[in-house]
Amino acid sequence: MAKIFKINKTSTMIDRYSWYELIGIYAGIALFLFFMLAPFIEGFLVSLKPLSQLFSSPYSFWPENGSFRAYWTMWESVPQFGWYIFNSLLISTVATLIVLVLVVPAAYAFARFKFKGMALVLGAFLAVSMFSGAVLLIPLFRLMRTLGLLNTYFAMIVPGAAFLIPSAIWLLRTYMMRIPIELNEAAYMDGASQFYTFRRVILPIARPGIIVVAIMTFIGAYAQQFIFALTFNSKTEYMPLPVGLYAYFGKQEVIWNELMAASFVGIAPALVIIFFLQRYLVGGLTAGAIKQ
Amino acid sequence: MTQNRSAWIFAWALLVPAILYVLVIVAWPLVETFRLSFTNASLRRTVDYVGWRNYEKIFDADFLEIIIRTFTWTFFSVLLKMLIGTFGAVLLNCAVPGRHLFRLLTMPPWIVPMAIGIFMWGWMYNGQFGMISGLLQRFGIVDGPVAFLAYGNTAYWSTIVTDVWIGVPMVTIYFLAAIQSIPRDLYEAAWTDGASRWMRFRRITLPLMAPAIITMSMLSLIATFNSFDIIWILTQGGPSGSTTTMIIDTYSTAIGSKKYGEGAARAVVICLFLSLFCVAYFRMTRKLAMA
Repeated sequence: MAKIFKINKTSTMIDRYSWYELIGIYAGIALFLFFMLAPFIEGFLVSLKPLSQLFSSPYSFWPENGSFRAYWTMWESVPQFGWYIFNSLLISTVATLIVLVLVVPAAYAFARFKFKGMALVLGAFLAVSMFSGAVLLIPLFRLMRTLGLLNTYFAMIVPGAAFLIPSAIWLLRTYMMRIPIELNEAAYMDGASQFYTFRRVILPIARPGIIVVAIMTFIGAYAQQFIFALTFNSKTEYMPLPVGLYAYFGKQEVIWNELMAASFVGIAPALVIIFFLQRYLVGGLTAGAIKQ
Repeated sequence: MTQNRSAWIFAWALLVPAILYVLVIVAWPLVETFRLSFTNASLRRTVDYVGWRNYEKIFDADFLEIIIRTFTWTFFSVLLKMLIGTFGAVLLNCAVPGRHLFRLLTMPPWIVPMAIGIFMWGWMYNGQFGMISGLLQRFGIVDGPVAFLAYGNTAYWSTIVTDVWIGVPMVTIYFLAAIQSIPRDLYEAAWTDGASRWMRFRRITLPLMAPAIITMSMLSLIATFNSFDIIWILTQGGPSGSTTTMIIDTYSTAIGSKKYGEGAARAVVICLFLSLFCVAYFRMTRKLAMA
Protein backbone atom coordinates (compact mmCIF):
# COMPACT_ATOMS: atom_id res chain seq x y z
CA MET A 1 0.00 0.00 0.00
CA ALA A 2 2.73 2.39 0.98
CA LYS A 3 4.62 1.60 -2.19
CA ILE A 4 1.64 2.37 -4.40
CA PHE A 5 1.16 5.63 -2.59
CA LYS A 6 4.78 6.58 -3.20
CA ILE A 7 4.56 5.88 -6.91
CA ASN A 8 1.40 7.90 -7.23
CA LYS A 9 2.98 10.77 -5.41
CA THR A 10 5.96 10.76 -7.74
CA SER A 11 3.65 10.54 -10.74
CA THR A 12 1.71 13.61 -9.75
CA MET A 13 4.76 15.56 -8.61
CA ILE A 14 6.52 14.98 -11.90
CA ASP A 15 3.59 16.48 -13.78
CA ARG A 16 3.48 19.61 -11.67
CA TYR A 17 4.55 22.67 -13.58
CA SER A 18 5.67 26.02 -12.18
CA TRP A 19 3.73 29.04 -13.42
CA TYR A 20 6.38 30.11 -15.93
CA GLU A 21 6.56 26.57 -17.31
CA LEU A 22 2.78 26.58 -17.73
CA ILE A 23 2.92 29.90 -19.58
CA GLY A 24 5.67 28.52 -21.79
CA ILE A 25 3.70 25.35 -22.57
CA TYR A 26 0.48 27.17 -23.38
CA ALA A 27 2.30 29.78 -25.46
CA GLY A 28 4.04 27.01 -27.39
CA ILE A 29 0.80 25.12 -27.94
CA ALA A 30 -0.93 28.33 -29.02
CA LEU A 31 1.81 29.03 -31.55
CA PHE A 32 1.69 25.47 -32.84
CA LEU A 33 -2.09 25.38 -33.14
CA PHE A 34 -2.13 28.80 -34.77
CA PHE A 35 0.03 27.42 -37.57
CA MET A 36 -2.26 24.37 -37.90
CA LEU A 37 -5.51 26.33 -37.88
CA ALA A 38 -4.65 29.73 -39.38
CA PRO A 39 -5.83 28.82 -42.90
CA PHE A 40 -9.16 27.59 -41.53
CA ILE A 41 -9.67 30.67 -39.35
CA GLU A 42 -8.78 32.97 -42.22
CA GLY A 43 -10.85 30.94 -44.68
CA PHE A 44 -13.86 31.07 -42.39
CA LEU A 45 -13.55 34.83 -41.83
CA VAL A 46 -13.19 35.34 -45.57
CA SER A 47 -16.38 33.39 -46.18
CA LEU A 48 -18.19 35.88 -43.91
CA LYS A 49 -16.78 39.03 -45.49
CA PRO A 50 -18.61 40.84 -48.25
CA LEU A 51 -16.57 41.01 -51.48
CA SER A 52 -16.14 44.78 -51.19
CA GLN A 53 -14.33 44.34 -47.90
CA LEU A 54 -12.23 41.46 -49.18
CA PHE A 55 -10.78 43.51 -52.01
CA SER A 56 -9.93 46.58 -50.01
CA SER A 57 -6.75 47.86 -48.47
CA PRO A 58 -5.55 48.01 -45.80
CA TYR A 59 -6.07 44.42 -44.76
CA SER A 60 -8.61 43.88 -42.00
CA PHE A 61 -8.67 40.63 -40.11
CA TRP A 62 -12.22 40.76 -38.71
CA PRO A 63 -15.22 40.89 -41.02
CA GLU A 64 -17.25 44.08 -40.83
CA ASN A 65 -20.93 43.54 -41.58
CA GLY A 66 -20.07 39.86 -41.75
CA SER A 67 -22.87 37.57 -42.87
CA PHE A 68 -23.47 34.05 -44.04
CA ARG A 69 -24.71 35.38 -47.39
CA ALA A 70 -21.93 33.65 -49.32
CA TYR A 71 -23.23 30.31 -48.09
CA TRP A 72 -26.47 31.01 -49.98
CA THR A 73 -25.12 32.74 -53.06
CA MET A 74 -22.48 30.09 -53.71
CA TRP A 75 -25.19 27.64 -54.77
CA GLU A 76 -25.95 29.96 -57.70
CA SER A 77 -22.34 30.81 -58.58
CA VAL A 78 -21.26 27.16 -58.39
CA PRO A 79 -24.35 25.50 -59.82
CA GLN A 80 -22.77 22.02 -59.80
CA PHE A 81 -21.75 22.26 -56.16
CA GLY A 82 -24.23 19.66 -54.96
CA TRP A 83 -22.99 17.28 -57.65
CA TYR A 84 -19.35 17.83 -56.65
CA ILE A 85 -20.12 16.79 -53.08
CA PHE A 86 -22.16 13.84 -54.28
CA ASN A 87 -19.36 12.75 -56.64
CA SER A 88 -16.78 13.06 -53.88
CA LEU A 89 -18.84 10.93 -51.53
CA LEU A 90 -19.63 8.40 -54.26
CA ILE A 91 -15.99 8.04 -55.34
CA SER A 92 -14.82 7.67 -51.74
CA THR A 93 -17.54 5.16 -50.90
CA VAL A 94 -16.92 2.89 -53.88
CA ALA A 95 -13.14 3.12 -53.42
CA THR A 96 -13.57 2.16 -49.76
CA LEU A 97 -15.73 -0.82 -50.69
CA ILE A 98 -13.20 -2.05 -53.25
CA VAL A 99 -10.37 -1.67 -50.73
CA LEU A 100 -12.32 -3.55 -48.03
CA VAL A 101 -13.22 -6.44 -50.32
CA LEU A 102 -9.56 -6.86 -51.29
CA VAL A 103 -7.93 -6.05 -47.98
CA VAL A 104 -9.99 -7.97 -45.41
CA PRO A 105 -9.05 -11.42 -46.79
CA ALA A 106 -5.48 -10.36 -47.56
CA ALA A 107 -4.92 -8.94 -44.08
CA TYR A 108 -6.24 -12.15 -42.53
CA ALA A 109 -3.89 -14.22 -44.66
CA PHE A 110 -0.91 -12.06 -43.66
CA ALA A 111 -1.91 -12.15 -40.00
CA ARG A 112 -2.55 -15.89 -39.67
CA PHE A 113 -0.48 -17.83 -42.19
CA LYS A 114 3.27 -17.90 -42.61
CA PHE A 115 3.98 -19.60 -45.89
CA LYS A 116 7.05 -19.14 -48.01
CA GLY A 117 6.87 -16.03 -50.16
CA MET A 118 4.26 -14.21 -48.13
CA ALA A 119 6.74 -11.91 -46.39
CA LEU A 120 7.97 -10.90 -49.83
CA VAL A 121 4.43 -10.16 -51.01
CA LEU A 122 3.79 -8.07 -47.90
CA GLY A 123 6.98 -6.13 -48.57
CA ALA A 124 5.87 -5.59 -52.16
CA PHE A 125 2.51 -4.24 -50.99
CA LEU A 126 4.26 -1.78 -48.70
CA ALA A 127 6.56 -0.72 -51.53
CA VAL A 128 3.46 0.21 -53.55
CA SER A 129 2.72 3.05 -51.15
CA MET A 130 6.11 4.53 -51.96
CA PHE A 131 5.16 5.19 -55.57
CA SER A 132 2.68 7.95 -56.03
CA GLY A 133 0.09 7.99 -58.77
CA ALA A 134 1.91 10.85 -60.43
CA VAL A 135 4.81 8.61 -61.41
CA LEU A 136 2.57 6.01 -63.02
CA LEU A 137 0.25 8.50 -64.65
CA ILE A 138 1.33 7.96 -68.26
CA PRO A 139 0.64 4.22 -68.55
CA LEU A 140 -2.47 4.59 -66.40
CA PHE A 141 -3.73 7.31 -68.72
CA ARG A 142 -3.10 5.09 -71.76
CA LEU A 143 -4.70 2.14 -70.00
CA MET A 144 -7.81 4.16 -69.17
CA ARG A 145 -7.98 5.45 -72.73
CA THR A 146 -7.66 1.96 -74.20
CA LEU A 147 -10.35 0.60 -71.90
CA GLY A 148 -12.53 3.60 -72.74
CA LEU A 149 -12.74 4.57 -69.08
CA LEU A 150 -11.60 8.17 -69.48
CA ASN A 151 -14.25 10.61 -68.26
CA THR A 152 -16.03 8.05 -66.12
CA TYR A 153 -16.24 7.50 -62.38
CA PHE A 154 -14.13 4.35 -62.77
CA ALA A 155 -11.13 6.32 -63.98
CA MET A 156 -11.08 8.15 -60.65
CA ILE A 157 -12.02 5.21 -58.41
CA VAL A 158 -9.93 2.30 -59.68
CA PRO A 159 -6.42 3.88 -59.60
CA GLY A 160 -7.14 5.73 -56.36
CA ALA A 161 -8.17 2.54 -54.56
CA ALA A 162 -4.86 0.81 -55.38
CA PHE A 163 -2.86 3.37 -53.43
CA LEU A 164 -5.10 3.03 -50.38
CA ILE A 165 -4.54 -0.74 -50.15
CA PRO A 166 -1.07 -0.84 -48.50
CA SER A 167 -1.86 1.13 -45.34
CA ALA A 168 -5.25 -0.61 -45.02
CA ILE A 169 -3.55 -4.02 -45.16
CA TRP A 170 -1.00 -2.95 -42.61
CA LEU A 171 -3.57 -1.56 -40.20
CA LEU A 172 -5.91 -4.54 -40.38
CA ARG A 173 -3.11 -7.11 -40.23
CA THR A 174 -1.88 -5.53 -36.99
CA TYR A 175 -5.40 -5.73 -35.60
CA MET A 176 -5.99 -9.33 -36.68
CA MET A 177 -2.69 -10.53 -35.27
CA ARG A 178 -4.10 -9.72 -31.83
CA ILE A 179 -6.97 -12.18 -32.27
CA PRO A 180 -5.94 -15.29 -30.28
CA ILE A 181 -4.88 -18.19 -32.49
CA GLU A 182 -6.65 -20.55 -30.05
CA LEU A 183 -9.90 -19.54 -31.76
CA ASN A 184 -8.63 -20.99 -35.02
CA GLU A 185 -7.47 -24.13 -33.25
CA ALA A 186 -10.81 -24.58 -31.50
CA ALA A 187 -12.67 -24.15 -34.77
CA TYR A 188 -10.31 -26.63 -36.42
CA MET A 189 -10.96 -29.16 -33.65
CA ASP A 190 -14.68 -28.74 -34.22
CA GLY A 191 -14.12 -29.64 -37.83
CA ALA A 192 -14.79 -26.17 -39.26
CA SER A 193 -13.33 -25.49 -42.68
CA GLN A 194 -10.84 -22.70 -43.19
CA PHE A 195 -13.41 -20.59 -44.95
CA TYR A 196 -16.05 -21.19 -42.30
CA THR A 197 -13.57 -20.19 -39.57
CA PHE A 198 -12.71 -17.00 -41.44
CA ARG A 199 -16.30 -16.12 -42.19
CA ARG A 200 -17.98 -17.12 -38.90
CA VAL A 201 -15.27 -16.83 -36.27
CA ILE A 202 -12.71 -14.26 -37.36
CA LEU A 203 -14.79 -11.70 -39.24
CA PRO A 204 -17.27 -11.01 -36.40
CA ILE A 205 -14.42 -10.52 -33.92
CA ALA A 206 -12.47 -8.34 -36.32
CA ARG A 207 -15.43 -6.07 -36.98
CA PRO A 208 -14.17 -3.10 -34.88
CA GLY A 209 -10.84 -3.24 -36.71
CA ILE A 210 -12.57 -3.41 -40.07
CA ILE A 211 -14.65 -0.37 -39.16
CA VAL A 212 -11.53 1.60 -38.27
CA VAL A 213 -9.91 0.60 -41.56
CA ALA A 214 -13.07 1.58 -43.44
CA ILE A 215 -13.10 5.01 -41.81
CA MET A 216 -9.41 5.58 -42.46
CA THR A 217 -9.73 4.49 -46.08
CA PHE A 218 -12.76 6.68 -46.60
CA ILE A 219 -10.98 9.70 -45.17
CA GLY A 220 -7.95 8.96 -47.33
CA ALA A 221 -10.10 8.60 -50.42
CA TYR A 222 -12.01 11.78 -49.62
CA ALA A 223 -8.88 13.79 -48.91
CA GLN A 224 -6.78 12.72 -51.86
CA GLN A 225 -9.00 13.04 -54.87
CA PHE A 226 -7.05 15.31 -57.07
CA ILE A 227 -4.51 14.08 -59.56
CA PHE A 228 -6.53 11.22 -61.09
CA ALA A 229 -9.69 13.31 -61.20
CA LEU A 230 -7.74 16.18 -62.76
CA THR A 231 -6.13 14.02 -65.42
CA PHE A 232 -8.59 11.25 -66.24
CA ASN A 233 -11.82 13.21 -66.23
CA SER A 234 -12.82 16.42 -67.94
CA LYS A 235 -16.59 16.17 -67.52
CA THR A 236 -17.95 18.70 -65.06
CA GLU A 237 -20.79 16.45 -63.95
CA TYR A 238 -18.38 13.75 -62.71
CA MET A 239 -15.90 16.04 -60.94
CA PRO A 240 -15.28 15.53 -57.23
CA LEU A 241 -15.24 18.57 -54.98
CA PRO A 242 -11.49 19.43 -55.02
CA VAL A 243 -11.27 19.43 -58.82
CA GLY A 244 -14.63 21.12 -59.21
CA LEU A 245 -13.55 23.97 -56.99
CA TYR A 246 -10.09 24.04 -58.57
CA ALA A 247 -11.76 25.08 -61.83
CA TYR A 248 -13.07 28.16 -60.00
CA PHE A 249 -9.76 28.74 -58.26
CA GLY A 250 -8.04 28.98 -61.62
CA LYS A 251 -10.35 31.68 -62.94
CA GLN A 252 -9.28 35.31 -63.14
CA GLU A 253 -12.12 36.67 -61.05
CA VAL A 254 -12.19 34.41 -58.04
CA ILE A 255 -15.22 35.03 -55.84
CA TRP A 256 -13.19 34.25 -52.75
CA ASN A 257 -15.91 34.47 -50.12
CA GLU A 258 -18.04 31.97 -52.00
CA LEU A 259 -15.06 29.69 -52.72
CA MET A 260 -14.26 29.65 -49.01
CA ALA A 261 -17.90 29.07 -48.07
CA ALA A 262 -18.01 26.15 -50.51
CA SER A 263 -14.74 24.81 -49.08
CA PHE A 264 -16.18 24.85 -45.59
CA VAL A 265 -19.30 23.00 -46.63
CA GLY A 266 -17.01 20.53 -48.43
CA ILE A 267 -14.80 19.82 -45.43
CA ALA A 268 -17.73 19.61 -43.01
CA PRO A 269 -18.05 15.81 -43.36
CA ALA A 270 -14.37 15.38 -42.50
CA LEU A 271 -14.66 17.66 -39.47
CA VAL A 272 -17.76 15.82 -38.25
CA ILE A 273 -15.85 12.55 -38.54
CA ILE A 274 -12.94 13.95 -36.53
CA PHE A 275 -15.17 14.96 -33.66
CA PHE A 276 -17.26 11.83 -33.47
CA LEU A 277 -14.62 9.23 -34.17
CA GLN A 278 -11.58 10.79 -32.53
CA ARG A 279 -11.11 7.78 -30.26
CA TYR A 280 -10.60 5.45 -33.23
CA LEU A 281 -8.74 8.01 -35.28
CA VAL A 282 -5.63 8.52 -33.18
CA GLY A 283 -5.04 4.76 -32.90
CA GLY A 284 -5.87 4.19 -36.55
CA LEU A 285 -3.75 7.01 -37.88
CA THR A 286 -0.65 6.09 -35.92
CA ALA A 287 -0.93 2.34 -36.56
CA GLY A 288 -1.33 3.12 -40.25
CA ALA A 289 1.84 5.15 -40.21
CA ILE A 290 3.99 2.41 -38.69
CA LYS A 291 5.10 0.42 -41.68
CA GLN A 292 7.96 -1.79 -40.72
CA MET B 1 -2.65 -25.33 -36.12
CA THR B 2 -1.61 -27.76 -38.78
CA GLN B 3 -0.48 -25.85 -41.81
CA ASN B 4 -1.35 -28.35 -44.46
CA ARG B 5 -1.90 -28.15 -48.14
CA SER B 6 -5.48 -26.86 -47.95
CA ALA B 7 -4.38 -24.09 -45.61
CA TRP B 8 -1.75 -23.13 -48.15
CA ILE B 9 -4.33 -22.95 -50.92
CA PHE B 10 -6.72 -21.03 -48.71
CA ALA B 11 -4.10 -18.45 -47.66
CA TRP B 12 -3.03 -17.73 -51.22
CA ALA B 13 -6.63 -17.65 -52.42
CA LEU B 14 -7.26 -14.87 -49.90
CA LEU B 15 -4.30 -12.95 -51.25
CA VAL B 16 -4.88 -13.37 -54.96
CA PRO B 17 -7.51 -10.64 -55.52
CA ALA B 18 -5.42 -7.94 -53.83
CA ILE B 19 -2.27 -9.10 -55.59
CA LEU B 20 -3.99 -9.07 -59.00
CA TYR B 21 -5.41 -5.59 -58.41
CA VAL B 22 -2.06 -4.13 -57.45
CA LEU B 23 -0.35 -5.95 -60.32
CA VAL B 24 -2.68 -4.37 -62.88
CA ILE B 25 -2.86 -0.87 -61.39
CA VAL B 26 0.67 -0.43 -60.06
CA ALA B 27 3.15 -3.10 -61.17
CA TRP B 28 2.18 -3.24 -64.84
CA PRO B 29 2.18 0.57 -65.24
CA LEU B 30 5.59 0.61 -63.58
CA VAL B 31 6.98 -1.82 -66.19
CA GLU B 32 5.12 0.04 -68.92
CA THR B 33 6.74 3.32 -67.84
CA PHE B 34 10.16 1.75 -68.42
CA ARG B 35 9.09 0.47 -71.85
CA LEU B 36 7.56 3.79 -72.91
CA SER B 37 10.68 5.66 -71.89
CA PHE B 38 12.42 4.04 -74.87
CA THR B 39 9.71 5.07 -77.32
CA ASN B 40 8.47 8.26 -78.91
CA ALA B 41 4.89 7.66 -77.68
CA SER B 42 2.64 10.68 -78.00
CA LEU B 43 -0.93 11.30 -79.13
CA ARG B 44 -0.09 9.70 -82.49
CA ARG B 45 -1.19 6.13 -83.08
CA THR B 46 2.22 4.76 -84.02
CA VAL B 47 4.84 4.12 -81.39
CA ASP B 48 8.47 3.55 -82.35
CA TYR B 49 11.41 2.54 -80.24
CA VAL B 50 14.02 5.26 -80.14
CA GLY B 51 16.64 3.69 -77.88
CA TRP B 52 18.22 6.03 -75.36
CA ARG B 53 17.24 9.18 -77.22
CA ASN B 54 14.73 10.36 -74.58
CA TYR B 55 17.37 10.05 -71.89
CA GLU B 56 19.92 11.90 -74.00
CA LYS B 57 17.35 14.63 -74.51
CA ILE B 58 16.37 15.12 -70.89
CA PHE B 59 19.82 15.07 -69.31
CA ASP B 60 20.79 18.69 -69.65
CA ALA B 61 21.53 21.54 -67.26
CA ASP B 62 17.82 22.27 -66.76
CA PHE B 63 17.03 18.74 -65.67
CA LEU B 64 19.96 18.71 -63.27
CA GLU B 65 18.68 21.93 -61.80
CA ILE B 66 15.23 20.34 -61.37
CA ILE B 67 16.75 17.32 -59.61
CA ILE B 68 18.74 19.52 -57.26
CA ARG B 69 15.69 21.69 -56.59
CA THR B 70 13.59 18.59 -55.83
CA PHE B 71 16.16 17.46 -53.29
CA THR B 72 16.54 20.82 -51.55
CA TRP B 73 12.77 21.36 -51.52
CA THR B 74 12.25 17.89 -50.04
CA PHE B 75 15.09 18.32 -47.55
CA PHE B 76 13.81 21.60 -46.12
CA SER B 77 10.25 20.34 -46.01
CA VAL B 78 11.15 17.11 -44.17
CA LEU B 79 13.50 18.93 -41.80
CA LEU B 80 10.79 21.44 -40.86
CA LYS B 81 8.20 18.67 -40.45
CA MET B 82 10.48 16.80 -38.04
CA LEU B 83 11.37 19.91 -36.02
CA ILE B 84 7.81 21.23 -35.76
CA GLY B 85 6.45 17.71 -35.22
CA THR B 86 8.84 17.11 -32.31
CA PHE B 87 8.01 20.53 -30.88
CA GLY B 88 4.28 19.84 -31.13
CA ALA B 89 4.49 16.27 -29.79
CA VAL B 90 6.52 17.28 -26.73
CA LEU B 91 4.10 20.11 -25.92
CA LEU B 92 0.99 18.01 -26.48
CA ASN B 93 2.45 15.35 -24.21
CA CYS B 94 2.51 17.80 -21.29
CA ALA B 95 -0.08 16.96 -18.66
CA VAL B 96 -1.94 20.26 -18.85
CA PRO B 97 -5.71 20.83 -18.88
CA GLY B 98 -7.15 20.86 -22.38
CA ARG B 99 -4.56 18.54 -23.94
CA HIS B 100 -7.14 16.20 -25.46
CA LEU B 101 -8.76 19.10 -27.28
CA PHE B 102 -5.36 20.40 -28.43
CA ARG B 103 -4.46 16.99 -29.88
CA LEU B 104 -7.72 16.93 -31.77
CA LEU B 105 -7.13 20.43 -33.13
CA THR B 106 -3.85 19.44 -34.78
CA MET B 107 -5.61 17.01 -37.10
CA PRO B 108 -7.68 19.10 -39.56
CA PRO B 109 -4.88 19.82 -42.08
CA TRP B 110 -4.41 16.07 -42.46
CA ILE B 111 -8.05 15.02 -42.57
CA VAL B 112 -9.69 17.60 -44.82
CA PRO B 113 -9.39 17.28 -48.59
CA MET B 114 -5.85 18.37 -49.36
CA ALA B 115 -6.82 20.58 -52.29
CA ILE B 116 -9.18 22.63 -50.14
CA GLY B 117 -6.51 23.33 -47.53
CA ILE B 118 -4.29 24.44 -50.40
CA PHE B 119 -6.97 26.84 -51.73
CA MET B 120 -6.99 28.49 -48.31
CA TRP B 121 -3.23 28.90 -48.42
CA GLY B 122 -3.59 30.33 -51.91
CA TRP B 123 -5.71 33.11 -50.46
CA MET B 124 -3.35 33.65 -47.52
CA TYR B 125 -0.43 34.16 -49.91
CA ASN B 126 -2.38 36.70 -51.96
CA GLY B 127 -0.36 39.90 -52.09
CA GLN B 128 -3.07 42.53 -52.12
CA PHE B 129 -5.60 41.05 -49.77
CA GLY B 130 -4.08 37.98 -48.15
CA MET B 131 -3.58 37.55 -44.44
CA ILE B 132 0.19 37.04 -44.35
CA SER B 133 1.01 40.06 -46.46
CA GLY B 134 -1.64 42.07 -44.60
CA LEU B 135 -0.33 41.21 -41.14
CA LEU B 136 3.30 41.76 -42.16
CA GLN B 137 2.36 45.24 -43.37
CA ARG B 138 0.31 45.96 -40.28
CA PHE B 139 3.29 45.16 -38.05
CA GLY B 140 5.60 47.17 -40.29
CA ILE B 141 7.81 44.23 -41.26
CA VAL B 142 7.37 44.93 -44.97
CA ASP B 143 6.56 48.23 -46.67
CA GLY B 144 4.24 47.21 -49.46
CA PRO B 145 2.15 44.18 -50.38
CA VAL B 146 4.10 40.95 -50.97
CA ALA B 147 2.67 38.62 -53.61
CA PHE B 148 4.24 35.46 -52.26
CA LEU B 149 3.49 33.27 -55.25
CA ALA B 150 4.65 35.79 -57.84
CA TYR B 151 8.38 35.62 -57.14
CA GLY B 152 10.63 32.58 -57.43
CA ASN B 153 12.15 32.70 -53.99
CA THR B 154 8.99 33.38 -52.01
CA ALA B 155 7.00 30.88 -54.10
CA TYR B 156 9.61 28.19 -53.34
CA TRP B 157 9.29 28.77 -49.58
CA SER B 158 5.53 29.24 -49.69
CA THR B 159 5.03 25.82 -51.26
CA ILE B 160 7.36 24.32 -48.64
CA VAL B 161 5.38 25.92 -45.80
CA THR B 162 2.11 24.53 -47.15
CA ASP B 163 3.68 21.08 -47.57
CA VAL B 164 4.93 21.23 -43.98
CA TRP B 165 1.47 22.30 -42.81
CA ILE B 166 -0.12 19.24 -44.39
CA GLY B 167 2.59 16.87 -43.14
CA VAL B 168 2.99 18.06 -39.54
CA PRO B 169 -0.21 16.55 -38.01
CA MET B 170 0.72 12.98 -38.93
CA VAL B 171 4.30 13.44 -37.73
CA THR B 172 3.11 15.01 -34.48
CA ILE B 173 0.57 12.30 -33.67
CA TYR B 174 3.10 9.60 -34.52
CA PHE B 175 5.80 11.20 -32.34
CA LEU B 176 3.28 11.67 -29.55
CA ALA B 177 2.53 7.94 -29.61
CA ALA B 178 6.28 7.24 -29.54
CA ILE B 179 6.77 9.53 -26.53
CA GLN B 180 3.85 7.97 -24.68
CA SER B 181 5.27 4.49 -25.15
CA ILE B 182 8.42 5.47 -23.22
CA PRO B 183 8.19 3.81 -19.76
CA ARG B 184 7.32 6.30 -17.06
CA ASP B 185 9.72 4.71 -14.57
CA LEU B 186 12.61 6.21 -16.51
CA TYR B 187 11.27 9.71 -15.98
CA GLU B 188 10.45 9.02 -12.35
CA ALA B 189 13.92 7.65 -11.67
CA ALA B 190 15.50 10.67 -13.35
CA TRP B 191 13.18 12.97 -11.45
CA THR B 192 14.13 11.36 -8.14
CA ASP B 193 17.78 11.91 -9.04
CA GLY B 194 17.02 15.58 -9.53
CA ALA B 195 17.35 15.74 -13.33
CA SER B 196 15.83 18.92 -14.75
CA ARG B 197 13.02 18.84 -17.29
CA TRP B 198 15.44 19.75 -20.06
CA MET B 199 17.85 17.00 -18.94
CA ARG B 200 15.04 14.46 -18.97
CA PHE B 201 14.12 15.55 -22.49
CA ARG B 202 17.73 15.42 -23.73
CA ARG B 203 18.69 12.14 -22.08
CA ILE B 204 15.44 10.14 -22.11
CA THR B 205 12.81 11.49 -24.53
CA LEU B 206 15.06 12.34 -27.45
CA PRO B 207 17.16 9.12 -27.53
CA LEU B 208 14.10 6.90 -27.11
CA MET B 209 12.23 8.86 -29.78
CA ALA B 210 15.11 8.48 -32.22
CA PRO B 211 13.81 5.33 -33.96
CA ALA B 212 10.44 7.03 -34.50
CA ILE B 213 12.17 10.13 -35.87
CA ILE B 214 14.28 8.06 -38.27
CA THR B 215 11.31 5.98 -39.46
CA MET B 216 9.12 9.02 -39.90
CA SER B 217 11.73 11.08 -41.72
CA MET B 218 12.17 8.25 -44.23
CA LEU B 219 8.42 7.92 -44.78
CA SER B 220 8.11 11.67 -44.96
CA LEU B 221 11.00 11.88 -47.41
CA ILE B 222 9.22 9.49 -49.78
CA ALA B 223 5.86 11.27 -49.46
CA THR B 224 7.40 14.72 -49.91
CA PHE B 225 9.44 13.62 -52.92
CA ASN B 226 6.11 12.59 -54.50
CA SER B 227 4.34 15.83 -53.57
CA PHE B 228 2.21 17.05 -56.46
CA ASP B 229 -1.07 18.70 -55.43
CA ILE B 230 0.42 21.54 -53.40
CA ILE B 231 2.77 22.87 -56.03
CA TRP B 232 0.37 22.25 -58.89
CA ILE B 233 -2.50 24.15 -57.28
CA LEU B 234 -0.42 27.02 -55.92
CA THR B 235 2.04 27.71 -58.76
CA GLN B 236 1.93 24.94 -61.40
CA GLY B 237 5.72 24.89 -61.06
CA GLY B 238 6.16 28.59 -61.73
CA PRO B 239 7.04 31.40 -61.67
CA SER B 240 9.57 30.60 -64.42
CA GLY B 241 10.20 27.10 -63.10
CA SER B 242 11.21 28.10 -59.57
CA THR B 243 8.92 25.51 -57.95
CA THR B 244 9.23 22.84 -60.65
CA THR B 245 10.13 19.60 -58.91
CA MET B 246 10.63 16.31 -60.75
CA ILE B 247 7.00 15.26 -60.31
CA ILE B 248 5.72 18.59 -61.63
CA ASP B 249 8.21 18.45 -64.49
CA THR B 250 7.10 14.93 -65.43
CA TYR B 251 3.44 15.90 -65.26
CA SER B 252 3.81 18.95 -67.48
CA THR B 253 5.92 17.02 -70.00
CA ALA B 254 3.62 14.01 -70.16
CA ILE B 255 0.14 15.38 -69.59
CA GLY B 256 0.67 19.05 -70.47
CA SER B 257 2.77 18.63 -73.64
CA LYS B 258 1.55 15.06 -74.39
CA LYS B 259 5.14 13.82 -74.81
CA TYR B 260 4.51 10.42 -73.23
CA GLY B 261 7.87 8.88 -74.17
CA GLU B 262 9.91 11.75 -72.82
CA GLY B 263 7.67 12.03 -69.76
CA ALA B 264 8.14 8.32 -69.10
CA ALA B 265 11.93 8.77 -69.18
CA ARG B 266 11.56 11.51 -66.56
CA ALA B 267 9.29 9.26 -64.50
CA VAL B 268 11.88 6.46 -64.66
CA VAL B 269 14.47 8.76 -63.09
CA ILE B 270 11.99 9.46 -60.26
CA CYS B 271 11.41 5.71 -59.87
CA LEU B 272 15.14 5.09 -59.55
CA PHE B 273 15.42 7.62 -56.73
CA LEU B 274 12.29 6.24 -55.03
CA SER B 275 13.67 2.69 -55.21
CA LEU B 276 16.85 3.88 -53.52
CA PHE B 277 14.81 5.49 -50.74
CA CYS B 278 12.72 2.35 -50.48
CA VAL B 279 15.76 0.09 -50.05
CA ALA B 280 17.23 2.50 -47.52
CA TYR B 281 13.95 2.54 -45.62
CA PHE B 282 13.59 -1.24 -45.44
CA ARG B 283 17.21 -1.66 -44.36
CA MET B 284 16.84 0.98 -41.70
CA THR B 285 13.64 -0.44 -40.25
CA ARG B 286 15.24 -3.89 -40.13
CA LYS B 287 18.23 -2.46 -38.32
CA LEU B 288 15.93 -0.64 -35.88
CA ALA B 289 13.90 -3.79 -35.28
CA MET B 290 17.06 -5.74 -34.44
CA ALA B 291 18.52 -3.07 -32.16
